[in-house]
Amino acid sequence: MSVMTYIGAIGAAQQEAMIADERVIIIGEDVEANVYGTTGGGKQRAEKGDFVEQFGNRRIRNTPISEEAIVGAAIGAAMTGLRPIVDLSYSSFLYMAMDQLVNQAAKNRYMFGGQSSVPVVFRSAMFYGLNTGAHHSDRPYPMFMNVPGLKIIAPASASDAKGLLRQAIDSDDPVMSFEAVPLWGLKEEIEDKEYRIPFGKARIRREGSDVTVVGISGSLPLALKAAEAMAEEHGISCEVIDPRTLVPLDTATIVESVRKTGRLVLAEPAHRACGATAEIAATVAEEAQDALRAPIRRLTAPNMQIPFSPALEAQLYPTTEKIAAAIRQVVGLEEAVKERISA
Amino acid sequence: MLRKADLQNDTLLEMQRRMIRIRLFDERASKMVKRGYIPGTVHTSIGQEAQVVGACMALRKGDHITGNHRSHGHPIGMGSPLGPLMAELVGKATGVCRGKGGSLHLADYAHGSLGESGITGSSIPIAVGAGLSAQTLGEDRVAMCFFGDGAANQGVLYESMNLASAWKLPVIFLCENNHYALSTPAHTVTGGRIVDRAAGFGMPGVRVENGQNVLDVHEAVSEAAARGRRGDGPTLVEVMTYRYREHSEGLRINVDYRDTNEREIWLARDPIQAHRAWLIAEGVASEAELDALADAIAQEVEDCVTFTMESPDPEPKAAFEDLYTDPYDLEAVL
Repeated sequence: MSVMTYIGAIGAAQQEAMIADERVIIIGEDVEANVYGTTGGGKQRAEKGDFVEQFGNRRIRNTPISEEAIVGAAIGAAMTGLRPIVDLSYSSFLYMAMDQLVNQAAKNRYMFGGQSSVPVVFRSAMFYGLNTGAHHSDRPYPMFMNVPGLKIIAPASASDAKGLLRQAIDSDDPVMSFEAVPLWGLKEEIEDKEYRIPFGKARIRREGSDVTVVGISGSLPLALKAAEAMAEEHGISCEVIDPRTLVPLDTATIVESVRKTGRLVLAEPAHRACGATAEIAATVAEEAQDALRAPIRRLTAPNMQIPFSPALEAQLYPTTEKIAAAIRQVVGLEEAVKERISA
Repeated sequence: MLRKADLQNDTLLEMQRRMIRIRLFDERASKMVKRGYIPGTVHTSIGQEAQVVGACMALRKGDHITGNHRSHGHPIGMGSPLGPLMAELVGKATGVCRGKGGSLHLADYAHGSLGESGITGSSIPIAVGAGLSAQTLGEDRVAMCFFGDGAANQGVLYESMNLASAWKLPVIFLCENNHYALSTPAHTVTGGRIVDRAAGFGMPGVRVENGQNVLDVHEAVSEAAARGRRGDGPTLVEVMTYRYREHSEGLRINVDYRDTNEREIWLARDPIQAHRAWLIAEGVASEAELDALADAIAQEVEDCVTFTMESPDPEPKAAFEDLYTDPYDLEAVL
């Protein structure tokens, strides 16, 4: 075991996969100089762990700033024998390659009656909450949940980042990895040996009996903090669940938990409309309405663009306090407080 | 010129055979649209047979192509059997894509066809990727993307040409210039000549002025393929050709967007008639032999229709297969 950061774990998964399989290549803007910290070991090219030194220029390739061609070429390469990882840096840049992602990566195997497989991973980082303005701050994973044929991972811890990415690289289907930049520095003890985390298996981060709290990506650590605070302050027992993969989505674990707790609070950094939490809420309403003892509460970013100013941006995302308030509300504590005040 | 000296009689005849297969297949497909057997939309390659076959036959087994909406000629040019192609057009279980693709999305991996595309220009970078895998894995193969004069104005072509050139990938960009993007004359929406755009990316650009001559096309593409195999990078080949029929079957456009007599001029340069005359003049085959060849293909097309009509429809559950490589949970989608 060794302590690793979230971004270090992503680099470790890439390195493991590159060593294990010569068909794995990494292409993207500025991957050779390890600008984003997932393709190298140190500050000098000669230092141990540098990907260009280790794997050569055929397998680590800087690309032109041509997202559509990069993504399309990776798809074509995947259909003909390689297993590319495409580093698209900012998630907002995915839109430049929308046709290739939606019309080629997602559809080819299906349209061609199973003749092709497209083993490619599209990595991108969600730089939200960092005052990068509207063109760099997007959390667009829900858009891609609406595209059958893509698989989507959204790790919320270092250990999950390593295991999920490794599974993604081994997958024979196209996988989109949405990495949360606010979590880059998050540390965790991680197994040194290779491991993979199967898709579609949620992780119960904390067991509890009063409220089910689902946290997605960067909202998961906030949900854990809120759960801890609620236990200390009010003795409320929260079960905190991280779906880890959004396609496939492990709704069974969430529904089962709601059947136990009767209450559901959901938090994610994406916009509210048609978000991942909307999908989960709808499924729970369909499958476990009878178990619900309070209305479902969702904490999301509003359907609003992301402003630049630090004075404006921070208020838009779920916070530990907002999640805690929602937990208090679904267990009736807010009402109890209000009643006390009015009395 | 390269020509007969470099090509075996078998190859010269095979060119004729594949061109006639495309012609008769598409004529039959057109009738099947009219009679209601083929649903959806169909774009024929009638008139463009030399451009398709000359290009495809310049490739080897193991090479790859990607294509566009004018889609039937490409797999036929690569040697695909006709039955599963026609069955796909009708939507049968025996279709080459199991009835999931249809006319716009034919693919035949057994014959190097990685897939046609209903989105203009969308399959271009896919071929660049096939070139990337060839180079990275050290495999001796090339990839060719077919696209029209319409797709030549899509940005993705230029991103793809730049990437292929920068990485010296074995890719052939094959522009099928049939002079019209649906009803829009290419010259009215195209700045300069398409072939000249190659220079901007540091790659050779070759224009086949007589794209109705299968040997001219074959020669240009053979050279591009050889260049790719040598590790010298991509080539842009623009082939001047013409589609005889409307953009798609059943489409009626009231405005006469073609020049008067233009169609007649092109019909007089018919690629199949031209190659036939050349084969006879060069003593490669006799009239009787070529008639027999055409008759055999006519029978093959009839057989492919019989195969299609006798084939079962896909089972409804097939709609829920082939999305992912692992089994899909049906209950999750229903």
